Amino acid sequence: MKIHKYDTVIVGAGGAGMRAAIESTKRSRTAVLTKLYPTRSHTGAAQGGMAAALANVEEDNWEWHTFDTIKGGDYLVDQDAAEILAKEAIDSVLDLEKMGLPFNRTPDGTIDQRRFGGHSRNHGEAPVRRSCYAADRTGHMILQTLYQNCIKEGVEFFNEFYVLDQLITEVDGVKRSAGVVAYELATGEIHVFQAKAVIYASGGCGKFFKVTSNAHTLTGDGQAAVYRRGLPLEDMEFFQFHPTGIWRMGILLTEGARGEGGILRNKDGERFMEKYAPVMKDLASRDVVSRSIYTEIREGRGCGPEGDHVFLDLTHLPPEQLDAKLPDITEFARTYLGIEPYTDPIPIQPTAHYAMGGIPTNVQGEVLADNDTVVPGLYAAGEVACVSVHGANRLGTNSLLDINVFGRRAGIAAAEYATKAEYVELPDDPASLVVEQVERLRDSTGTERVTEIRKALQETMDANVMVFRTEQTIKTAVEAIGALRERYLNVSVQDKGKRFNTDLLEAIELGNLLDLAEVMAVSALARKESRGGHYREDYPSRDDVNFMRHTMAYREVGADGVESIRLDYKPVVQTRYEPMERKY
Amino acid sequence: MSSATLEKNSSALADAESSAAHLVTVTFRIRRFNPEISDQAIWEDFQFQIDPKERVLDALHKIKWDLDGTLTFRRSCAHGICGSDAMRINGRNRLACKTLIKDINPHKPITVEPIKGLTVLKDLVVDMEPFFQAYRDVMPFLITTGNEPTRERQQSAEDRKRFDDTTKCILCAACTSSCPVFWNDGQYFGPAAIVGAHRFIFDSRDEGGEQRLEILNDRDGVWRCRTTFNCTEACPRGIEITKAIQEVKRALITRRF
Repeated sequence: MKIHKYDTVIVGAGGAGMRAAIESTKRSRTAVLTKLYPTRSHTGAAQGGMAAALANVEEDNWEWHTFDTIKGGDYLVDQDAAEILAKEAIDSVLDLEKMGLPFNRTPDGTIDQRRFGGHSRNHGEAPVRRSCYAADRTGHMILQTLYQNCIKEGVEFFNEFYVLDQLITEVDGVKRSAGVVAYELATGEIHVFQAKAVIYASGGCGKFFKVTSNAHTLTGDGQAAVYRRGLPLEDMEFFQFHPTGIWRMGILLTEGARGEGGILRNKDGERFMEKYAPVMKDLASRDVVSRSIYTEIREGRGCGPEGDHVFLDLTHLPPEQLDAKLPDITEFARTYLGIEPYTDPIPIQPTAHYAMGGIPTNVQGEVLADNDTVVPGLYAAGEVACVSVHGANRLGTNSLLDINVFGRRAGIAAAEYATKAEYVELPDDPASLVVEQVERLRDSTGTERVTEIRKALQETMDANVMVFRTEQTIKTAVEAIGALRERYLNVSVQDKGKRFNTDLLEAIELGNLLDLAEVMAVSALARKESRGGHYREDYPSRDDVNFMRHTMAYREVGADGVESIRLDYKPVVQTRYEPMERKY
Repeated sequence: MSSATLEKNSSALADAESSAAHLVTVTFRIRRFNPEISDQAIWEDFQFQIDPKERVLDALHKIKWDLDGTLTFRRSCAHGICGSDAMRINGRNRLACKTLIKDINPHKPITVEPIKGLTVLKDLVVDMEPFFQAYRDVMPFLITTGNEPTRERQQSAEDRKRFDDTTKCILCAACTSSCPVFWNDGQYFGPAAIVGAHRFIFDSRDEGGEQRLEILNDRDGVWRCRTTFNCTEACPRGIEITKAIQEVKRALITRRF
């Protein structure tokens, strides 16, 4: 075991982690730990753009953006945080441009902007061009630009270091962050990183679904590490299904395709979104569009022999426009489906995309131990966190924005804290939990296989807690996950080695997914209303009286060692916007 | 969209659907190496059934998940954007997640090896550090002087287009590890680093072009390129790499960019 000492440790090197690292490296001695290489992070898969009311191409302002974000989140958004997001969006985009990001340009040389779902002029009058973009690889360009600037700033990376545990030390009754424990993939060695400040920026957990746009590596590692140490997870029942994933594969086809004029059609060729969202049509918020697609499919208007998908039609757009604005997604259609998008519509279905919930933080990125108390020295930003700027449903282009605004804020706050604070003493035998976990899995002779449990988990999640949910389906999921967790205790791996043991890695990842899936299902069961991405067929309306509040899920271990999930609730911060019925 | 198109598309998909039932038996011949077990690399064959519309990455997962959990490779996004899974498939550098089984003749054994020119650490995993070091060495970040503007820097769409191609790079190393010069001399910067430099040299906002050109004028720089076009053929992002290298060479001679 090796022990390292840094002022600030950042867990994850996607957009949020690297944006934080650029700030914290200037202010404190910083290490960035990533289980991949920085440029492999899933920020790079984001396509359509980053929202900011630059008003480069038409009238716009941050107040309209704030409103759209709150409405898009079905009023579960903390309104003070949404205002910060929309205000700081403008400088965030300009900062990236100054760092070198090659945005597409208007004829007069400023950053070009395009339409995106849920972003509107004057509180819902009509779609507005707010998304700043670089073709359909905006996330790729953000990831590359941030990595390039990390090189410039001399950020210190520990690549292929997998963080497995969060160290907490109680000082005078207050839980404080002491550091993290990581497993070095190349050697199997365990490393303890003592740090004054730790920032989680490790991304989402979409791999508990089968059809997903998420990378294989998005397994909720950060959420699981803090949750197991008794810290809460907020609003985990809210998961976004992106309307346009490639049929059966789940690969993302950007909403920018509809922003450029693409149209969703059912088997009769009908532009069905006109029925569900007369004003915004195909550019309604993602939860609305995904439910509309499944309604078409359920009512027999789906396409194909099994009627299990609809079409994204780009055939009326000029090929030059597709080549200039949507080159990557048109290539995906060619590569994976053998379809030519110039002439043929693309079969799509909603795909599990984004966790609105996560580790609760305040607007400085400080992690909360309960509704009010911060954990000194612990921060989170990006998809792993829940500020909450996305509420019950995130708007497209607000996640690339979130990672930049709150990655920056967390990086500054953590580094400033680290320069003032003292080290917190490490717990006795700090690596014990990880050593025990790794050895148990490596030495296990159990008969259960990772692949079978993971498959069963993904199937139950897709079947029971996807776009439409009922008490019955969620209960089925809770029971199934419980049974899978039992089986997981008996799991073994074939690779017993130390070097690049990805077999072991996958087993650990599965453990994280199982924990988070259970939190999600239990949180969803208790929320007896429909709001944003959480739709209960047995409670089809929003219930502001009983559920205008954030879910806070805690892991509890009884005296008998039995684990359970305790749910609590946190008020939503409301400033100037009264909840209204959501129409697009 | 006409209804004729819809019908045509539905029937194309119906065909695809029926062929899904027609699994093919494939043999994957994989270069295995695990220094914890032996100093020698060996070839190992795996035979199994797979839908030919699936990716090579799906086949590798099938092996790892169903047949042999010790098979080791890197992967993440699975759709050609993260750059983790460059490997040598049937002797050509490709991304496993962007190569469909049906496109590489499933009726013959399919060979899979690690990319060349970088030290193999285990099975298909190579040491990427020298590759990233070369990239870092070309100063791949915007260099400017003077005060920053309050708003964005202006750039015409035409100027933006000048370096569009090289912004697509995902640093997968398929190009660099397909280059015979790089195989023979690991000191050569390699195509990917030159692509990284090109992306900034030809960016109208950048003022570090001269510095980068000096770095690439080095004996291990662009002049080592023998224009074999392996890199361009290998690039999973379709970047015209050889052309970019030629443009850098020309800029070195003319000092115009």
